[in-house]
Amino acid sequence: MEKGNGCCFSSVSSSAILSSVAFVVILIFVRVLYVIYCSGRPLNKRSSKPVSTLIILGSGGHTAEMLNLLAMLQKDRFYPRFYIAAATDNMSLQKALLLENSLASETGTVVAETAQFMKVYRSREVGQSYITSVWTTLIATVHALWLMIKIRPEVILCNGPGTCIPLCVIAFIFKVLGIRWSSIFYVESIARVRRLSLSGLLLYKLWMADQLFVQWPQLKQQYPRATYVGRLM
Amino acid sequence: MGDEEGVDKSRRVVFVTVGTTSFDALVKAVDSENVKKELLVKGYTHLLIQMGRGSYVPTKSEGEGSLVVDYFTFSSSIADHLRSASLVISHAGSGSIFETLRLRKPLIVVVNEDLMDNHQSELADELANRKHLYCASPQTLHQTISDMDLNSLLPYTPGDATPVANHINRFLGFPDD
Repeated sequence: MEKGNGCCFSSVSSSAILSSVAFVVILIFVRVLYVIYCSGRPLNKRSSKPVSTLIILGSGGHTAEMLNLLAMLQKDRFYPRFYIAAATDNMSLQKALLLENSLASETGTVVAETAQFMKVYRSREVGQSYITSVWTTLIATVHALWLMIKIRPEVILCNGPGTCIPLCVIAFIFKVLGIRWSSIFYVESIARVRRLSLSGLLLYKLWMADQLFVQWPQLKQQYPRATYVGRLM
Repeated sequence: MGDEEGVDKSRRVVFVTVGTTSFDALVKAVDSENVKKELLVKGYTHLLIQMGRGSYVPTKSEGEGSLVVDYFTFSSSIADHLRSASLVISHAGSGSIFETLRLRKPLIVVVNEDLMDNHQSELADELANRKHLYCASPQTLHQTISDMDLNSLLPYTPGDATPVANHINRFLGFPDD
């Protein structure tokens, strides 16, 4: 009878779908574990080829600390450089531009060739209610996705602002999907002495940063997988 | 501590800064008679308040027999004000704190208790424990000023980003510098 055949057919196809889904989920799970395992280890290469670098800037102290770190990195290794700041943050990109301008005049290059500056929508403003934050985070994530597809950096440097979470999550997904392998370096702010910031905690718990640096020994004790590097400021 | 070369010795400025924040409690405390009295007793002559986004406006004063008080909201760089100060009273922002410590100025950090999730106090407490600065609340500020011994403060040795940079370089497979 047709009904009977229909029932048999739908039960076969639904179990086929179920097992396919289960298979894909397991595949993704294994891939994620593999990505996390590889992320924790230094890259396998030994070369001096420059790596495209995304630098995520946050307001105030965050930018000061990041620029301090950048001053120590050889610019011909981390190149081209993409600076991203939150849409409402006016000062950080200006400060980065100052740094790049002085660099360009020193080396006789053109800023436009070595550095780009972009703004990204913020997931959440300080003090914003957590309910509306869900929606704004969604929008911010789509915008971040768009930017990441364009940039696809090999290295990501960030030090705390909430801006970095959508970008780092997307970078991690790109790693899992094989779109681009980004080495994510997170430097927890010097203002965090006893507890990690929310961004730091998320990246730590989800094993999403290749290396998570802390500036105070108390944090290293609390979070053993972090790397203690002393103070940057 | 406290380099006063080139500054008129009879002019000792207390510079108060709240950065880009709004910190009425600190501005009010500094503008209170209690605190101004303690500052006078300690030999300060001028009080300059950078009040940021706060709504409480201090009272200017020409200073006959009392502190000369002046204020402004923002400036593009407070470095010059820090340099010419004999004492700095600052909110607990890490930028202000380290800028002041780098200039080797005596520093009292006042933590804003109205901020949610006050992680800033962690940094202020740690640096106070290491004797690089004094820590106070707006309510205890006058007491801190009265009790402080600036000679007991230890200079802060600036940090170094080289270890992190080396780490990152090695991780990425770049040859060591």
